[in-house]
Amino acid sequence: MRWVCEERSDGRARPEPSWNSGNPKHRISKDLESMEVVSAREPHAAAKTGPVVHLDAVTVIYGANRALKGVSARFEGGAVGLLGPNGAGKSTMLKALLGFIKPSEGRMTVLGLDVAERPMEIRARIGYMPESDAHIPGMNAVSFVAYCGQLAGLPAVDAMQRAHEVLYYVGLGEARYRNIETYSTGMKQRIKLAQALVHDPDLLFLDEPTNGMDPKGRDEMLELIRDLGHNKNVNLILSSHLLPDVEFTCDDVIVMDKGQVVAQGPIAELKGPGGRVFELRIKGNLPAFLDVLRQAGMEATSTDEDVMRVFVPATAGAVDGAANSALPLFALAARHGVQVRHLRPSVPTLEDVFAKAVGHE
Amino acid sequence: MPGQAWLVIARAGIMTMLRKRAFLGLLLASWVPFLVRAVQIYLAANYPQASLIAPTAETFRQFLAQQDFLVFIMTIYVGAGLIANDRRANALQIYLSKPLMRSEYIAGKAAVLFSFVLFVTLVPALLLLVLQVLFAGSFEFLQKNLFLFPAIIVATLLEALLSTFAMLALSSLSKSSRYVGILYAGIIFFTAAIYGVMVAITGSTRLAWLSLGANLTQVIDVIFRLKPRYATPWPVSLIVILAIVALSISVLERRVRGVEIVT
Repeated sequence: MRWVCEERSDGRARPEPSWNSGNPKHRISKDLESMEVVSAREPHAAAKTGPVVHLDAVTVIYGANRALKGVSARFEGGAVGLLGPNGAGKSTMLKALLGFIKPSEGRMTVLGLDVAERPMEIRARIGYMPESDAHIPGMNAVSFVAYCGQLAGLPAVDAMQRAHEVLYYVGLGEARYRNIETYSTGMKQRIKLAQALVHDPDLLFLDEPTNGMDPKGRDEMLELIRDLGHNKNVNLILSSHLLPDVEFTCDDVIVMDKGQVVAQGPIAELKGPGGRVFELRIKGNLPAFLDVLRQAGMEATSTDEDVMRVFVPATAGAVDGAANSALPLFALAARHGVQVRHLRPSVPTLEDVFAKAVGHE
Repeated sequence: MPGQAWLVIARAGIMTMLRKRAFLGLLLASWVPFLVRAVQIYLAANYPQASLIAPTAETFRQFLAQQDFLVFIMTIYVGAGLIANDRRANALQIYLSKPLMRSEYIAGKAAVLFSFVLFVTLVPALLLLVLQVLFAGSFEFLQKNLFLFPAIIVATLLEALLSTFAMLALSSLSKSSRYVGILYAGIIFFTAAIYGVMVAITGSTRLAWLSLGANLTQVIDVIFRLKPRYATPWPVSLIVILAIVALSISVLERRVRGVEIVT
């Protein structure tokens, strides 16, 4: 993949992606087959230069249905997840950003450009992987991707070269001369990713990229997306209702529900401070031990007669020299004469954040 | 290349059609009338005994009328799937996520059908005119009928415009190219049938504007300086043609979108 500004065959220089500008030693090899990172740049150092997408009080109405209700959000550079249940307004937001839908209120910018005023410039710099099956009928994979490259403004020769490179990158190298209509669901997902990547976009919109894929294909697709977001430093927005997909591929998340943003920020921050959660069953004075744990700086709640859920902050463990371990719990139990009968470790997940944000148990 | 995406679409569409053997056969067949007319012009120019079949201005009008059926077939073969197939494969959101406007997409698709229609009407008609000059060895015929050159161009462009936009509009209404083809043929035959019934009832051709084909015939007759064959005033026929084109563009404007909103 050519992530580096090169001269086109027509003699014009391609605009350099914003995340790839600056220090030349931070550039990435053009060879997609090897996809070798030739720089030692910090992950996301270039990508996280500010918001790539900004929505300000955006409202989208379909007839009587308000799909987006005064949504304000900032998508920082890097990999950002757009999370929410079906019907939350994720796809509507992406389509509004693409200019497919005109919001009745509000303002949107993509890569610093106003969506209402400069949609063509925006589309030249973004790649969109739609949710549903989408291809140009009657074409094989390499023709299709090259065609998309030409539509995005690449000269024919460059588009064809890029098509081969991108198809190898997404794992369709061997099947690139097959008609797309003969592809499996997983292959169709990959070809959609390839057409979104062919013109070296500055920003990728991925709408439910693992839809309909088997577990193996899904894992491979997620690896690809993670690679794009973390090793190739492509800014991407991943819209999904699948929590593990977002958690695996993204660093930041915007949670939507019923047309509104209900939570946003870095996933790690939303999941709360570092530490571990343990499910604990003891023999002894439960209320007294709960007080002891709370005095020790842990969050402890009784969930049953003798069962409690305890969050042990990383710092609590670190004090005892064992971060993220249950040692502080055992130490306190021993000190107060409480027997630990059962201990099961757990971790705070994005699911906890999501459930809390959308108000579900 | 801003504003050039329609060329990419048009080129891809034309190449896709040319890869089909059946279509190549249709293209060849559509040039058979040209060969017949070329032989006619050659004989008339070189053999005095064949002066009876010497070409006149009307010969060129007749040639275009002969091509009407081939234009009809080609419009269905090429045009029915132009947008319908893209809608079936959800390709519109791929197209419109690229830096191209809806008008460029429509222009690219229209250019495919427009090119093929002109290839079987404008190109052979102009070639016949050139052949007439070459075989006769003089510009006498051309000088006497100088209007033929613009007449052929205007008449074929009008025909291509009508068939292209009417078919594209129908193609944008469905995801099935077969259904679109049947719909187009149905409209052509149905309007002609309605007109035929009205002629039988009224005994007049004043209602020729009801038939899509009759309107085109009427206007092209006038363009070729021939006596119009129907009683409908030719401006009425022209208005009907332009109204159909305008309606088609309006349908395309509504139907060619990156997202289909059902409320």
